[in-house]
Amino acid sequence: MNYALLVMSSPFSGQGALTAARFACSVLARGHSISRVFFLDAGTSSGAAAAVTPQDEEDRLQPWVELAEQHPLELILCIASALRYGMLDETEARRYEKPSATIHPAFTVSGLGQLVDAGAGADRLVTFGG
Amino acid sequence: MAGNSDKSLLLLIRHSPYGSSLARASIDVALAAAAFDQTVSLLFLGDGVLQLLPDQDTATGGLRNMGKLLASLPLYDIEQVYVDAEAAARYQLDLHGAPVATQALDREAMSRLLSSHDHLLGF
Repeated sequence: MNYALLVMSSPFSGQGALTAARFACSVLARGHSISRVFFLDAGTSSGAAAAVTPQDEEDRLQPWVELAEQHPLELILCIASALRYGMLDETEARRYEKPSATIHPAFTVSGLGQLVDAGAGADRLVTFGG
Repeated sequence: MAGNSDKSLLLLIRHSPYGSSLARASIDVALAAAAFDQTVSLLFLGDGVLQLLPDQDTATGGLRNMGKLLASLPLYDIEQVYVDAEAAARYQLDLHGAPVATQALDREAMSRLLSSHDHLLGF
């Protein structure tokens, strides 16, 4: 079965974002596919390259990076939300004259059309947070 | 657009209009879906019914007016707008003055609405 995920939970509060990453791992381990994970609103902070997790907590970034390395899935941050939260790739950082990119290169920024497209092609569209 | 484009989408909107940025985000998702020719319906429930308050004035609060945004939905061919009748009654909401025309549903009708859509997006 083909899944698409929508993540709105902040990685810094509550369990939603972590649950989303664990769910994604389980889905793939069972032989299903995930075409795209779309991060919206506070969820876009999941792409923060420079966020440091306390040593006694589970890292919030690494599970997504590993998923993207091991599987052909896309991690997309909603561009409107990402800009508000300061989540910029190289192109956006240059466009808005900010000192540097702030997102991990495993993620890309794009529009809400990518969520709509992922939903249209998926058997299941699962939301986390909200 | 890749893949099938015949999935019907129902957005469940539970957030009050100015309490979090998710209220705005949910409507943005609805507009994007409509722009890509998807069938999209909205269901306002719980505190989300407060988005339908008549005559919202946000000028002094420095916020974008959700009422005006909702009033634009028919321009994007989003006309299936439903509201949780019980929540609307609890907030004594005047649905005739709401920024967009709605259909009020009881619990049983909401249950039927949920099962009649392919994808549910919970905000």
